Amino acid sequence: MSDIAVRAVDLGKEYQIGVQQEKYRTLRDTLTATMMRPFRALRGQLPDATQSLWALRDISFEVKKGQVLGIVGHNGAGKSTLLKVLSRVTEPTTGFVELHGRVGSLLEVGTGFHPELTGRENIYLNGAILGMKRTEIDRKFDEIVAFSEVEKFIETPVKRYSSGMYLRLAFAVAAHLEPEILVVDEVLTVGDAEFQRKCLGKMGDVAQEGRTVLFVSHNMSAVLRLTQETIVLDHGRMVMRAPSAEAVDYYLSAGHAKAGERIWDEDEVPGAGAGFRPRALRIRDQRGRVLETVRSTEPVTVEFEYQLDKPVTGLRCGFYLYTMRGEPVFTSFDTDEQALFEKYTNRPAGRYVSRCTIPADTFNQGRYVLGVNASSYRIRRYFQDERALEFNVDPTGAPGMQWSEPRPGPIRPRLNWTIEQVG
Amino acid sequence: MTQAEVQISKPQAEDVIVVRPTKGWAALNLRELWQYRELIYFLTWRDIKVRYKQTILGAAWAIINPIVNMVVLQIVFGQLANMGSEGVPGPIFRFAALLPWGLFSKALSASGRSMLSNRNLITKVYFPRLSVPLASVLGGVLDFVISFVVLIGMMLYWQITPTWGLLTLPLIILFALITALGVGLWFSALNVLYRDVGYILPVLSQLLLFISPVGYSTSEVAAKWQVLYALNPMTGVIESFRWAMLGTTPSDSLPLATIVAISASVAVTLFVSGLFYFRRMERTFADVV
Repeated sequence: MSDIAVRAVDLGKEYQIGVQQEKYRTLRDTLTATMMRPFRALRGQLPDATQSLWALRDISFEVKKGQVLGIVGHNGAGKSTLLKVLSRVTEPTTGFVELHGRVGSLLEVGTGFHPELTGRENIYLNGAILGMKRTEIDRKFDEIVAFSEVEKFIETPVKRYSSGMYLRLAFAVAAHLEPEILVVDEVLTVGDAEFQRKCLGKMGDVAQEGRTVLFVSHNMSAVLRLTQETIVLDHGRMVMRAPSAEAVDYYLSAGHAKAGERIWDEDEVPGAGAGFRPRALRIRDQRGRVLETVRSTEPVTVEFEYQLDKPVTGLRCGFYLYTMRGEPVFTSFDTDEQALFEKYTNRPAGRYVSRCTIPADTFNQGRYVLGVNASSYRIRRYFQDERALEFNVDPTGAPGMQWSEPRPGPIRPRLNWTIEQVG
Repeated sequence: MTQAEVQISKPQAEDVIVVRPTKGWAALNLRELWQYRELIYFLTWRDIKVRYKQTILGAAWAIINPIVNMVVLQIVFGQLANMGSEGVPGPIFRFAALLPWGLFSKALSASGRSMLSNRNLITKVYFPRLSVPLASVLGGVLDFVISFVVLIGMMLYWQITPTWGLLTLPLIILFALITALGVGLWFSALNVLYRDVGYILPVLSQLLLFISPVGYSTSEVAAKWQVLYALNPMTGVIESFRWAMLGTTPSDSLPLATIVAISASVAVTLFVSGLFYFRRMERTFADVV
């Protein structure tokens, strides 16, 4: 008996992304297309061969029984498609997968929950959808209810549940599946911290029991904690398979997250304020790469590029930093320093870059918003964009990451603690 | 290595699923469908359970609907058009036809919509896709049973004793289900690809009501059109159901057996081709639904 649980060979998945799929296909479209085909062929136009997208390409890997494998990649890298192929929701276009055992998927909890049905009824329905036998659900029913902590409301339609209760119940059902291969997609991003901890614990148990887990997440600390090995996907290809620490490091630093840059076109800035034209705002990491996701343990560079068509006096360019909820974190301008303020009182026409570095260990985990402002204090505002650019901060390696709890507040400084025994 | 160990590991080793691209016509794989029978049961149960939630009259709708239909048909065909009812009272003649008709028309609309309304399942979880239209057709059986009780009541009231034909009832219900499923399978698969189906179905259903012997008897159809008329599988279903329950046969038409034979062959053709067509299109459902 082999010890392989999953074997994927040359997996590829092609999607047609022509106009045909953009809107719904209608009978008329098909009829006209069918009738036009001979004419198009005469004119040498072959059916839209170019209008396809390979969501997965040449993916080959093996997963051993009892292994927990992480799958990471930015949005659109093919993670979800890969999971769909592995969980047999959709067929691959090329290649094949061998699955040694029953596959259970934990894709988006609550799949198949019906709002009108009670908690009890939904447990049975959802269990059946996930592939459990009725006797199996009977046996685990009490355990599921206990795990979900909704005992009191088990006879209430789930439409009256709070979103937290709903999620707990949904996860509880899925978590009690006992497949040989468990496919988990991004379930840990929901629910409160307490519940997340419980879910992670349950996932750990599953792995302990020797079952195979394929774990997709954007939560790098969860990936690091739960998996030994990780696959990095990029544009449908597998770019790396390595021990998780190495793979996560690669993913975070290889600039797979694009964006991280805001560029203004000429016509985008109405009435280009008195000779000032913004060109770009960028976030760069330590090594100068433009990234959407930066690490909290590395310094981050913010740069603002702009054009002056004529000399400007008293100009200051800078940014506001907000959390996603719009709470200001801080504001900073390029001429805050007295020396620079004096040196750049008059700026001649030309192209400029104002750049600053935010030191390492400033940000807490999360997503932040940069707003830019260019003005001459109390004289005139040349340009302002309150939400010019958003970026993410990944806290891997930040102080206190040994505990999975989220830390409140937008900053996460590395402070010098001393511990003295004084008595 | 002992004998016992080998035996334990063997079933696991054989349990290998290979996911690979399929082309052309796929096998029906009814065995797998059977393994998922509990899912079909739960999906059917969900459809039934949800149908009358948050209604005041609840399952009474399963009785009210056919009765209202019966009254309308009785007024239009019985009183206004003055069409006969093969020797039994007009209301029961029409009500009996509305039973298989209701099963069929509900199956048609429910299964047509079924793939779309279960989209979140289809794009997330694997299970034999056939369970979805199957469950939506079976969901109509409960309404059928409720109306059946009303029909029995009417038969008692009008003192109609069933004939030995009653014994064929299970076969006739199967005939009705196969007809409903055959049409349902085609439309549920087509509706995934072409949303036009959603607009065609109500019109088609209404049209079929008038070209099926629901409000009138097959005898009313001109002799030269009878074969064509019997090509509508519901003709055979309804006439045979009425025969089994009320003992009526269309007096001035093809023999009932001929009608049923024509209708049944159309129904079986629709059903089998529907199954294969559905299986063929199934692999793209998750991508296009």
